[in-house]
Amino acid sequence: MAEAHPVHGEVHRHEPPSGFIRKWIFSVDHKVIGIQYWFLALFSVFVGMIMSLLMRLQLAWPGREWGFLKTLLPAAAENGTISPELYLSLVTMHGTIMVFFVLTTAPQGGFGNYFLPIQIGAADMAFPVLNMLSFWLTFVALAVMMLAIFANVIDDTAAVGVVGPIGGWTGYAPLSALGERAGPGQGTGVVLWITSIAFFCVASLLGALNFITTMLNLRTRGMSLLRLPLTCWAWFTTAVLALLSFPVLLAGGVLMLFDHIGGTSFFVPAGSYVNGQLVMEKQGGSVILWQHLFWYFGHPEVYIAILPGMGLTSHILSTFARKPVFGYRAMVYAIFAIGLLGFFVWGHHMFQSGMDPNTAIVFSVITLAIGVPSAIKTFNWLGTLWGARIRFTTPMIFSIGFVSLFVSGGITGIFLGQTAVDIPLHDTYFVVGHFHLIMGVAAIFGMFAGTYFWFPKMFGRMMNETMGKIHFFITFIGVNCIFMPMHIMGIAGAPRRYSSHEGLAYLGDSFMPMTKFVSIAAFVTIAAQLIFVVNLVWSWFKGPKAGENPWEATSLEWTIPSPPPHDNFAGHEPDVHHGPYEYSVPGAEKDYTMQTDPERAKSAGD
Amino acid sequence: MAAEAKAENLAAEWNGGVLPYKIGHRKLGMWLFIMSDSLTFCALLIGYSYARASSENWPTPFPFSPSIIFSSMMTLVLLSSSLTMVFAVAAAKRGEKKIARTWILATMFFGAMFIVLHVTEWFHLFHEGLYFDALPDEWLAKWPGSSKLFGATFFGITGLHMFHVLTGVIYLGVIAARIKKFNAEDVETSGLYWHFVDLVWMFVFPLLYLLSVDFSAVGH
Repeated sequence: MAEAHPVHGEVHRHEPPSGFIRKWIFSVDHKVIGIQYWFLALFSVFVGMIMSLLMRLQLAWPGREWGFLKTLLPAAAENGTISPELYLSLVTMHGTIMVFFVLTTAPQGGFGNYFLPIQIGAADMAFPVLNMLSFWLTFVALAVMMLAIFANVIDDTAAVGVVGPIGGWTGYAPLSALGERAGPGQGTGVVLWITSIAFFCVASLLGALNFITTMLNLRTRGMSLLRLPLTCWAWFTTAVLALLSFPVLLAGGVLMLFDHIGGTSFFVPAGSYVNGQLVMEKQGGSVILWQHLFWYFGHPEVYIAILPGMGLTSHILSTFARKPVFGYRAMVYAIFAIGLLGFFVWGHHMFQSGMDPNTAIVFSVITLAIGVPSAIKTFNWLGTLWGARIRFTTPMIFSIGFVSLFVSGGITGIFLGQTAVDIPLHDTYFVVGHFHLIMGVAAIFGMFAGTYFWFPKMFGRMMNETMGKIHFFITFIGVNCIFMPMHIMGIAGAPRRYSSHEGLAYLGDSFMPMTKFVSIAAFVTIAAQLIFVVNLVWSWFKGPKAGENPWEATSLEWTIPSPPPHDNFAGHEPDVHHGPYEYSVPGAEKDYTMQTDPERAKSAGD
Repeated sequence: MAAEAKAENLAAEWNGGVLPYKIGHRKLGMWLFIMSDSLTFCALLIGYSYARASSENWPTPFPFSPSIIFSSMMTLVLLSSSLTMVFAVAAAKRGEKKIARTWILATMFFGAMFIVLHVTEWFHLFHEGLYFDALPDEWLAKWPGSSKLFGATFFGITGLHMFHVLTGVIYLGVIAARIKKFNAEDVETSGLYWHFVDLVWMFVFPLLYLLSVDFSAVGH
C-alpha cells in the first residue's frame, strides 16, 4: 500500500515561521489565512450593518435631522439629514460590501480555508503562497472599496454628499457608465467601486482554483470521494462556481472601467438622456449586455454565498442529532445539481429588461427546477432530525434556524421565478425580503453556526452557551420581524430603493407604522449582535478550555489538538476508514465513530 | 470481469492518498486557470459579437493586402511558437534539459516577434486614425453610422491577448532561466499556458480579422 501514494512527497512541508509578520500577517498557513478572511468579513459586516441602520432610520423617520450624523458623516450629511442620494449610496455600499466581502468571504475564504485541508487530512492548501496572495488581494479590494466611500470627498465636485456610488450593487448601465453627470458618486465612486470588484474577482478565482486542486489532489489515504464531509463538497462546488463565474464579471468590470477611463461606450447606447443632458459623445453600446455579464456572475454568486452554509448545516445537524445525514449521496448530488442549474438561470433577474417571453419561459422553468434539489436537501435535513435525540447546542440551533430561513426565503423564490408573478413584484420590497432571508440571513446563520461550532477548534476555548442562545433567539425572531413584513409591503406595491415612501397614498395608513416596526426590529437585532462580539472576545480569553473533540464529532479536525499545530497532523498522514457521519452505529462502543478509527469487521452498511 | 477491474482501478484512483489524474498540483491548477481565463475571453468575444450584431452598421475595413496578409503572418509566427513549445516539452520529457531550454528560447523568440508585429500593426492603425474611442473619418464615410466600438473591441481584445502573450514570454523566461530546478511537468505546464494563449488567438483571428475583411477592395 505504502508505495501507492507518491502524492505526499509533494505536500508542502513548511516549518512554523517565527517572526510575527510571517506568522500572523503574511502567513502562508491556511489556518491563519482562514482567520484573516474571517476577521475581514467581521469588519465588513459591521460596516454594512451600520449602513443598514442609517437606511432604516431614514425609512422610518423620513427627512428627520439626526445630530449624530453631522459627526459621523460630516461631508455626506452636513445638516444631519439623509438625502435621497446619500440613501442610494448607502444602498449600494451596503449591498456590495455584504455580498462580496461578507457572504463570499467568510464561508468560503474563512471556514473553507481553515477546515478544507484539515477535513481531507492535508497539511496545507495545494498552493500556500497563492493562498496568501488571494487574501491580500481581497484586502486591497476592500481597501479600495472603503476608499469609494470617500469618493465624494476626493472629487469635491458634487453638490450632494454621498458615501459611494448610487447605482446599486448591480451597477446597472447606463447610469454606472456615464460618470458624474449621472449623479454624485457615479464618477470617481464607480471607478473605485469597479476597480475593487475587479481585484476581488481575480482574488476569488485564484482562491477557487486553489480549493479545487487541494480537494482533488490532497485527500489522505482512504478519504474517498464519498467519505468527504458535506462541508467539503459544498466548498468544492462553491469553488467551481467561483472559478467559472468571477472571470465573466471580471470581463464586464474591465469593460465598465473602459467606459469610464477609456472613452468607450460598451454599455451606453446612442441618445442617452440623463439629468437633463443629452449624452453626445457615447453611442453603440448596450445596457442589456452589462446585465447579461453581471447576472451570469450574479446568480452563481447567490449559490457561492449559500452553498457553504448548506454544507455546514448538514454537518452540524448530523453531529448534534447523533444520526447519520439522511441520504448522503442525495445531498452530494443535490449540491451538484444546484451548482449546475445555477449557471442557466441568470435571465430570471432580467424578466423586466425587455426579454423575449419565450426566452423568459426557459429561464423560468430552469429556475423552478432548482426547487427540486433544494427540496431534496430540506427534506433530508428534516429526515436527519426525525426521531433524533437532539443536543440543542448553539451551533445546532443556528443550523436549525438556517433550515427555517432557507425554507421561508426559498418559497418566495418560487414566486419570483415565474415571469407573471415577477413582473408586478419586481423592484418591490418583496424582492428585498426574499433575498435577504435566503442569501443574507440564512447564509449569515450558516456563518454563526460555523463560528460557534468551530471556535473551540480555532481558538482552543468554548464559546459561552447562554450568550449564544440569547444571541440566537433575539436574532432569529428579529430577522423574521424585519423581513416578513417586507413581503407584505412588496405585495402592497412598495418600491425598493426609494429613500422615502411618503406621499405614496396607495400604500395605505398602516404602511408607516409597519415600516417603523421593521426599523425598530432592525435596531434590536443589530444591538443583539453585540452579544455575539462580547461572547467572542470573552470566550477567546476566558472561555473554558476545549479538548480535542468537545462535540464528540467524527471528522478529521476533531482528531488533532485545539488549536491545531502548524502542519495540522504533526507530520502524520491520517488513515481514513469511515464515512463522516457514523453516529449511533448499532453495536459500536460509543455513539460516534471517528473517521480515523480502525476498521470494524465489515458490516452490511459499509 | 473487465468492468469490475475497471471499477476497482477507478476506486483506487479516487480513494485518497494518490493523485487522481496522475498530475501534480501545478499542472492541475494550470488547467483550472485555463478554464477560468477562457471564460474571460468568451465573455469579451460574446460582448464583441453582441455589440456587432446590435449595431446598425459595423465597419469591415481590413483589405486583404496588407492587413490580412500581415495578420496571417502573425498567426504563422504564433503557430510556429506552439510547434517549438511542443519540441521543448518533448525534450524535457526525455530529460534533455539543455535542448528543452533551446526550444523554449525559440518559443520566446517567436512570442516576442508576435508582439513586435502586433504593436507595429497597432501603430499603423493609430496612424490611420483608429483609436480606442474613435474611427477614422474615411471609415465613417464608407460605413455611415458605424459603431465606435470597433476600435474599443479590437484594441480591448487584442490588447488583453497581447498581455497574455507578454506574461507567457516572461513565464517561459523564468522556466528557461531556472530549467535545472524544474521538472518535465513544469515545462509541460508552461506549455499548456502557451498553447492556450495560441488557441485564444485562433478565435480572435477569424472573429476580429477575417470577419472584418473589406471585400469591396478585393476586386481592385
